[in-house]
Amino acid sequence: MYDVGNSFSAHLIKLNHTLVMKHTPFCSFGLETSSRARVRLALVLLLSFAALPAMAAESETLIDYQRQIKPLLARHCYACHGPDREGQDNDLRLDRREDAIAFAILPGDPDSSSLLERIETEDEDLRMPPPDTKKPGLNSEEIALLRTWISQDAPFEEHWAHRPPRRVPPASEVRPWSRGPVDHFIVGTQQREGLAPAKTADRRTLIRRLSLDLIGLPPTEEEVAAFLQDQSPGAYQRVVDRLLASPHFGERMAIYWLDLVRYADTGGYHGDNDRNHAPFRDYVVEAFNENLSYDRFMREQLAGDLLPNATRRQKIASGFNRLNMTTREGGAQPKEYMAIYAADRVRNTGSIFLGLTLGCCQCHDHKFDPYTMRDFYSMAAFFADVKETLVGIQKPITLLDQQQTQRVHDLNEVIDAAKTVLAGESELWDREQAAWEKTEKPTTDMGWQQPADILISSDAKTEFEKMQDGSMLALGERSANDTYRIDLPIPKQGLSAFELELLPHASLPRQGPGRAGNGNFVLSEFELWQGDTSLPISAAVASHSQGGWEIEKSIDGDVHTGWAIRPKIGQRLTAYFELAEPLVAGQQGNVQVRLRQLYGSGYVIGRLKLRTTAAAQPLDVLRPRLPYKAVYDVLAKNASQRSVEDAQLVRDHFRRIAPETEAVRKVIQDAAKEKKYIEDAARKVLVTMAAEPRVVRILARGDWQDETGEVVEPAVPESLGSIQATDGGRPGRLDLARWLADPENPLTARVFVNRLWKLMFGRGLVHSLGDFGSQGLPPTHPELLDFLARDFIDSDWDIKQLLRQIVTSSAYRQSSDTTEAQLAEDPENLWLARQGRFRLDAEVVRDNALALSGLLVPAIGGESVRPYQPEGYLAHLNFPPRTYKHDKGENQYRRGLYTFWQRTFLHPAMALFDAPSREECTVERPQSNTPLQALLLLNDPSYVEAARALAVRILQEGGRDDKARLDYLFQRALARNIESAERELLSALLAKHRDYYRQHPEQAEAMGQNGMHQSPAGLDRVELAAWTNAARTVLNLHETITRN
Amino acid sequence: MHLADPIYQAICRRTFLHRGGVSLGTAALWSMLADDRAASGAVLGSESRGVVQPLHHPPRAKRVIFLCQAGGPSHLETFDYKPKLAAMDGQPMPESFTQGQPIAQLQNNELRCLAPQRSFKKYGGSGQSISDVFPHLSKVADELCIVRSAQTNQINHDPAHTFMNTGTQISGRPSMGSWLTYGLGSESDNLPGFVVMTSVGGGQSQPIAARQWHSGFLPSRYQGVQFRAAGDPVLYVSRPQGVSADAQLDVLSTVTGLNRLRETSTGDPEIATRIAQYELAFRMQRSVPELMDISDEPAHILDLYGTPGADGSFAANCLLARRMAERGVRFIHLYHRGWDHHGAVKDGVAKTASLVDQGTAALLTDLKQRDMLKDTLVIWSGEFGRTPMAQGNGRDHHIKGFSLWMAGGGIRGGMSWGATDELGYHAVENVFHVHDLHATMLHLLGIDHQRLTYRFQGRDFRLTDVHGEVVKPLLA
Repeated sequence: MYDVGNSFSAHLIKLNHTLVMKHTPFCSFGLETSSRARVRLALVLLLSFAALPAMAAESETLIDYQRQIKPLLARHCYACHGPDREGQDNDLRLDRREDAIAFAILPGDPDSSSLLERIETEDEDLRMPPPDTKKPGLNSEEIALLRTWISQDAPFEEHWAHRPPRRVPPASEVRPWSRGPVDHFIVGTQQREGLAPAKTADRRTLIRRLSLDLIGLPPTEEEVAAFLQDQSPGAYQRVVDRLLASPHFGERMAIYWLDLVRYADTGGYHGDNDRNHAPFRDYVVEAFNENLSYDRFMREQLAGDLLPNATRRQKIASGFNRLNMTTREGGAQPKEYMAIYAADRVRNTGSIFLGLTLGCCQCHDHKFDPYTMRDFYSMAAFFADVKETLVGIQKPITLLDQQQTQRVHDLNEVIDAAKTVLAGESELWDREQAAWEKTEKPTTDMGWQQPADILISSDAKTEFEKMQDGSMLALGERSANDTYRIDLPIPKQGLSAFELELLPHASLPRQGPGRAGNGNFVLSEFELWQGDTSLPISAAVASHSQGGWEIEKSIDGDVHTGWAIRPKIGQRLTAYFELAEPLVAGQQGNVQVRLRQLYGSGYVIGRLKLRTTAAAQPLDVLRPRLPYKAVYDVLAKNASQRSVEDAQLVRDHFRRIAPETEAVRKVIQDAAKEKKYIEDAARKVLVTMAAEPRVVRILARGDWQDETGEVVEPAVPESLGSIQATDGGRPGRLDLARWLADPENPLTARVFVNRLWKLMFGRGLVHSLGDFGSQGLPPTHPELLDFLARDFIDSDWDIKQLLRQIVTSSAYRQSSDTTEAQLAEDPENLWLARQGRFRLDAEVVRDNALALSGLLVPAIGGESVRPYQPEGYLAHLNFPPRTYKHDKGENQYRRGLYTFWQRTFLHPAMALFDAPSREECTVERPQSNTPLQALLLLNDPSYVEAARALAVRILQEGGRDDKARLDYLFQRALARNIESAERELLSALLAKHRDYYRQHPEQAEAMGQNGMHQSPAGLDRVELAAWTNAARTVLNLHETITRN
Repeated sequence: MHLADPIYQAICRRTFLHRGGVSLGTAALWSMLADDRAASGAVLGSESRGVVQPLHHPPRAKRVIFLCQAGGPSHLETFDYKPKLAAMDGQPMPESFTQGQPIAQLQNNELRCLAPQRSFKKYGGSGQSISDVFPHLSKVADELCIVRSAQTNQINHDPAHTFMNTGTQISGRPSMGSWLTYGLGSESDNLPGFVVMTSVGGGQSQPIAARQWHSGFLPSRYQGVQFRAAGDPVLYVSRPQGVSADAQLDVLSTVTGLNRLRETSTGDPEIATRIAQYELAFRMQRSVPELMDISDEPAHILDLYGTPGADGSFAANCLLARRMAERGVRFIHLYHRGWDHHGAVKDGVAKTASLVDQGTAALLTDLKQRDMLKDTLVIWSGEFGRTPMAQGNGRDHHIKGFSLWMAGGGIRGGMSWGATDELGYHAVENVFHVHDLHATMLHLLGIDHQRLTYRFQGRDFRLTDVHGEVVKPLLA
């Protein structure tokens, strides 16, 4: 019935392909009549009831759709036949069974399934995937898998990660090796794969492994010795408990969590300016140390600010929502960045908590997983209430401790009281004010006159309207550049200065007073002419000047400079210009003011008013008073003309300047100063504050300029369920956090458990830590993953309990040594028949060296620190240029976790060992092995200094001879005994370098210059230098930076 | 180092001899102990080739020198003369051009035309139209393929660089240099495959983030390595104080010896890589200073570039770029940060051009006289261009049409491609998007841009995302 073999049909298909739909593979299935599809469907249903169970029973093992088939279809077919329907003009979907069997698959009958036909055909025009998709063709194994699967009725199970985790009993128990459920699952899988567990690692290896895994620091010699000696039962558990209780546990966990949440100390875009987040980092450390349950941990970060009576710490936790990259670049468009920040939060929230790759859905529905653009923007809407600066400085809050808070409160009371006194009734002060006004009065009236016969013209033929107040408003087409010429008769009283007022007006851009788009203008030169003679202007003052565009630049004779007024747009401004030689009273004739405006294009004045005076040297009086122009304008009025506001203005001013009020003012000043001091010294942090939610629309193709998209409300991806707000209103961040922690959420616990497993084994049970979708890898141990996830939820999300369960297993305690046979059998260690082995994280490479040397300052928390860094490393930063000053005191020797995290130029000691810049959520760091790492460990002053300090300890504590000292070095650095071959190599090095430094004592001395640490005076410098090189050698060993 | 040296003897006795003669480790150590130039890719051999095996088609270029003119050079004062814009100087920019277009600092400003501020002439046998700010470059006009229809997606510096380098504005994707070294590997055994150098001058120095040469989700070894004019040329390449070259070699040899022992006892294959990387680190401690020391260049070469020595200038970096090209560096990325002329574009462009002109022309000339231009692709481009509209007496950022040029490595010299409209706003003829630049560049190196992919978080990523066309008419 299903006639793909029919030549006519094939012909049609081919024709269709070549003529019509070049880019739509499988579109030919659309040729099928719908009635034929219905008939076929009926047949399928019949078959599935009757024939298939028998077929399945007799065939080979059942094909696992999720593990074996879906990834294959996703890789080869979904690009055109997957969930994303955008731009696909074919009807075939291979991600849903009902669609697949309607067109391409006949369950139970591979030979009649056109899917296989089209994949296997020799006809290049028909073969799938078509060559122009550049997708690799399917190989014979893959085709065979598809064939078997179809013959097994082509079941489509739900994606494993979308089913809630469920407990299933472990397959087998092997005692005594197996210590608990974790081991039962692992050994069961090993048996299936024909493997056996590795031997248990020796105790030295175990305690080093546990220490590095749980606190990110090596064990001390004393800790190693104590563990070796403790033969009583529970010795191992006691080490585990000690480490989980250590304050360094939180630091170690934070290293990973901060990668996920993209914690950094700077904004990341453009000038990469500093931001205030360190208290958030400290919160994370504390939360892990206190074993805050994971559901609470998520809730406080996503919505700590929304919790009832949110504590200070919960507010700090909410800084999570502010960790995205931000820009301050001039010219960045706020709306664009609003879209960028929103998308960032969706991508990262998806990655951090759910292992989802939602990023695709910013522009189109997901190609492989059931997520849509609507899901993406609905997720964004959860964060639409986060208050932030779209382009500019992100403003932190100030963190005060209890004592500081009390003091600031007291100071505020003092300030308020003193202000009340200062503003209050006082006959004495009023009397003083009256006397003061009398002394000021004579100079307030300089006899400013508005010239009557004024004539204004413009070089660019600009027209003016003379307003009622005597001001002139420019009309019509704006010229690029212009010179206004104002002719006036010389006033009878004479002329000593001009007052130029610039006034706002509704017709001007942004109310003016300039005509440029931003309301500004540039007065290149103010000139005064009498006939052909230029009358020099000696001084100018203005009520306000733009930085770099001071009023003096309008009288400097240079037309390339000038006076401008940003940001005082839309306001009245005044400038005064004083003649070098006043024109005395009684002179006849005219003068001409020229306002030359030659800057750029269109920076011309919109509305102006001109007045004159003959008072002698008026600027001497005006200059100090100009800031209080309003006050002096009132003083110039008669008492009867003054309004209530006028009187208040003068009184306030007087009390601000009068010697009689100084004592009260000093009280205010001192209190304010102390308050500022307290607040400046206090820590700052960015937190989330909720505002009215912004409107969130679906942006077609992710285009932020498109404002036609549908408005969406907060919602989780539809395929994962739905959220109802507790109060029935608009769901918010708190509801999102609750939904994440729902015991039936299939992703949250699995994703987190898997990541902790990765930290303890070097590989997740789901290898793709960041992708729990169909393109990720399925779990190697699905039952174990589900067991751990379910257990984690049932333990109320107890993180330490989860880790305890993992690290006390026999699986964890296996040796990581490998034989060639093991490598051949299971190169990737999928089945965990040995422990993992991996390089320490960048921070821990540093911490380890500092701890071994004794230089480590183990303080917890605080502002970020600055280790030594090559000079000029930040030379590419600007706005402002950055100079790096490494810390001088104890902060030089803090753990790597506290390194100042400069996103654009991460400290090289971090970056070279694969620490991420934290611009995006990083679920897994790469493990690179590069020559630059070698150069760093060999030559970075931090490591040379650590080697030097280690050498000091060797000489002081390591015994009397080379043998004892080498023993000590290996015990301390590697927690193991040195072997004779190793001893021989290091002895040879020591012998040679002793000779060398004996002959070159200045070199031995120079060795002490690496780093600030002072070696004790009494030590033999030659011996110290030789041992420093021995210590450098050990700090450079692969083993030293490897967790075995 | 002598055979009688105690460290050498100890290492031999303990690490190779019992392993039965010449092993991988022996070769590694020998090359380290002996002539570092003689070290072939034996140890790194498997890594020194790229993933594209064999190349998708015969390559026309072996390497790329990308001269990034950071800040956004004005196409209207360099390569794209617009007489109509001159005629409309000071007049409002017609809204038909700007309606609905993204605008940077001129947001909410009245938009007016600013005439071209420089004079243009035709140069070379091909008659390329170039402004007066490039007196040297115009002499090699016949080498250039000038594209006047470039477009990008991002209007602010930082995202625009990210877009130019990675094909997207989202952080975390590999830069083009990383893609190329991933695809092709490095030709050099003792230098990184992807090197970055920077210079400043002539205008506002916009910041440049290290993400511009990051390897993103590709393995970190494909990351660009910054070579610096001041301080250590490569981070941490200098020995500590009090450690002589011999002493450093002793430490390295002992590290290798001990690592070798550990490899035997644990069976950890990663240790072999570690040993090889220490070997390369050691070679770099010589090869990098040797590369950066241009005192062996004859006077006429220094004169050609117009530089007295390695002084951190763009000209000196051009000379270093040639030296790197000779030594097999695959992707050489020079940034000159100085083209952000929001004001005073007339003098500003001339000033910045004066700092890059001679070095650029010299690089082309020098490569040609060494017969290396034929397989070295040189690209000159900013992250975007500048508006035909005035911003004072300068110009704002502009992404809808700007100019760039390419030369050498399979490019047809002496031609122009594409055009902007009469006011220099939109690219209207043969639009050449950044994705097309990437596709064409990869094509010249023997790579089909659709087939150089990397699987990350469930998706096959490309430099060109889902875009990009190879622009065949530009090919020689």
